[in-house]
Amino acid sequence: MHKLLAKLRLRDRHLARLVNIGAPYLWLGLFFLLPFAIVLHISLAETALAQPPYTSLWEWVDDGILQIRLNLQNFSTVFHDELYLAAFLNSLGVALVGTVLCLLIGYPMAYAIATAPERWRVVLLMLIILPFWTSFLIRVYAWISILKPNGLLNHLLMGLGVIDAPLTLLHTQTAIYIGVVYSYLPFMILPLYANLTRLDFSLLEAAADLGCRPFKAFLKVTLPLSLPGLVAGSMLVFIPVVGEFVIPDLLGGPDNLMIGNMLWTEFFGNKDWPLAAALTLSLLGLLVAPFVLMQRLERRIEGEPS
Amino acid sequence: MPKFNALHLVLPAVWVGLLSTIAPVHAEETVHLYNWNDYFAENTLEEFQKKTGIRPVLDLYDNNDVLEAKLFAGSSGYDVVFPTARPFGARQIKAGLYQPLDKSKLPGLDQLDPAVMASLKELDPDNAHLVPYLLGTTGLGINVAKVKAALGPDAAIDTWAILFDPAQAAKLKSCGISILDDATEAFAAALAWLGKDPNSRVSDDLDAAAKALKDARKSIRYFHSSQYISDLANGDLCVAHGYSGDILQARSRAEEAAKGVTVSFQIPREGAVLATDVVAIPKDAPNPAAAHAFIAYLLEPAVIADITNHVKYANANPAATPLVAEAVRTDPGIYPTEAVRQKFIVLKTPSDKQLRDLNRRWTRIKAER
Repeated sequence: MHKLLAKLRLRDRHLARLVNIGAPYLWLGLFFLLPFAIVLHISLAETALAQPPYTSLWEWVDDGILQIRLNLQNFSTVFHDELYLAAFLNSLGVALVGTVLCLLIGYPMAYAIATAPERWRVVLLMLIILPFWTSFLIRVYAWISILKPNGLLNHLLMGLGVIDAPLTLLHTQTAIYIGVVYSYLPFMILPLYANLTRLDFSLLEAAADLGCRPFKAFLKVTLPLSLPGLVAGSMLVFIPVVGEFVIPDLLGGPDNLMIGNMLWTEFFGNKDWPLAAALTLSLLGLLVAPFVLMQRLERRIEGEPS
Repeated sequence: MPKFNALHLVLPAVWVGLLSTIAPVHAEETVHLYNWNDYFAENTLEEFQKKTGIRPVLDLYDNNDVLEAKLFAGSSGYDVVFPTARPFGARQIKAGLYQPLDKSKLPGLDQLDPAVMASLKELDPDNAHLVPYLLGTTGLGINVAKVKAALGPDAAIDTWAILFDPAQAAKLKSCGISILDDATEAFAAALAWLGKDPNSRVSDDLDAAAKALKDARKSIRYFHSSQYISDLANGDLCVAHGYSGDILQARSRAEEAAKGVTVSFQIPREGAVLATDVVAIPKDAPNPAAAHAFIAYLLEPAVIADITNHVKYANANPAATPLVAEAVRTDPGIYPTEAVRQKFIVLKTPSDKQLRDLNRRWTRIKAER
């Protein structure tokens, strides 16, 4: 009897462990692997005038023979057409510049919040988070009415006598940067803030006692210690901006070609789901490499004894 | 940090949300409509609900491609959609996306303009799937004062040259030119300006049209299918390549705002695309009975006349014409004269390969590559 109970308890524990480990795997399988498999499947198909608009990869021909047709044309198109490469490079460029701008603006802000008196911190953080309560789409739309030729900004600048004729801001690369920095700045500030609040400021006092000037102390102490937050914030900005569609579509001009817009054209304009899928997978492949690299860097930093 | 669990706030909201989506299903019948922006009269839907008790639910698009993508994906959940007959409706019928109409439920169908019905038969034998809704042309919306200031007081404004003559377009660049984000429309306009067959798929003709569009590209502010309506009305644009009714709505809005912006709609003398937008029921529509009821309602002369008054597109129902306001009925931009009609371009449906070719050229032109 005793033995049986012990056995049961052991089985329960096995079950609990299985559930514990299984749940994340199930989640990953359901929401990452399965969609990935579907996209891979579509990328190897051919377009068809049907619902859905692509062919099936397999077909039973008579006598129990399963015929599988894989179309690799889509991938070769993606890599041989310089238009996609140009869009990809432009996306990377926008993401890089956007990340650097977010960093330059976000770091001082995060530092200021982290070093502010306790009762101010909550208020300042709320001010960073508050815009999220409005839809992202509406916030980007609002920039249209600020930046357009007859918009708020031009009226303000002309009213102040700074400029005589309206500036062309909307539908330019500048407008995209404004949109990117505005939309993604909180993603840079929040991880940096989380990191900087844990900073032991007595280390800076120690540096000062040892004769280190404040700027050098920042470079030697604060910056290295905040590197994990910096890397996390940069990744949170960089990765979504590469695939950004809404900002270039609403604020950018037609020559600010980004990979998100190319996907839209393939999917909607050309009704070429297989090519769109191949483009997505290629993008994923090209992005995963630097991502893994950055993660390794992060792990090395965190692994360092502090 | 105060102890605060966001779940306490979110969970009740989720439950209320779930319940409210489940509850009305039993309470009332609905019909899900997917239509162009600004394409009903103000009270069209309200009156339908009063009359039939069916609650209409409306979603909007500004681009045939978006509608087509949803239909091809399947299970769109829409009961009634409003595609442009050529080339979209034609292709969608070929792909088997629509269900045949039950004509016994559409009593007003036989009153429609025989010429329009005959033209639709070319792509929809026996008019089995499509009912004509509204007819419009694609032309130019012009901010008269600004264009005359840039080009001179005697400059002709009823011509595609405003877009495609690089010298003229360059003068208009700073006050703004927009072109429809639609490969078929843009190429038809460029081919018409070059004096070639607007339906030409010959490589040389397309190269020439692409070159004309590329030259114009330098002066174009954006490619978009609906943004020009408000920009034209506000004076943010000088010239818009766009749909007749949209431009005429911009004209009305500019008049209402009374800020000194005067918008004029011009049908270019080289020819303009005549588009018929149609009503159809997707194959997998959840409520085909309600869809038929809605189409029957649109076939009532008073209803469609009201829509024409409001959206400034002509309808295909001769019985409705006397009910249309005189100012609308006699506006040559809405009901064009016979001489202008002769110049209309009726688009042919390109093959898949031709469409791909056209769209690839279009992407390159837009990206300036």
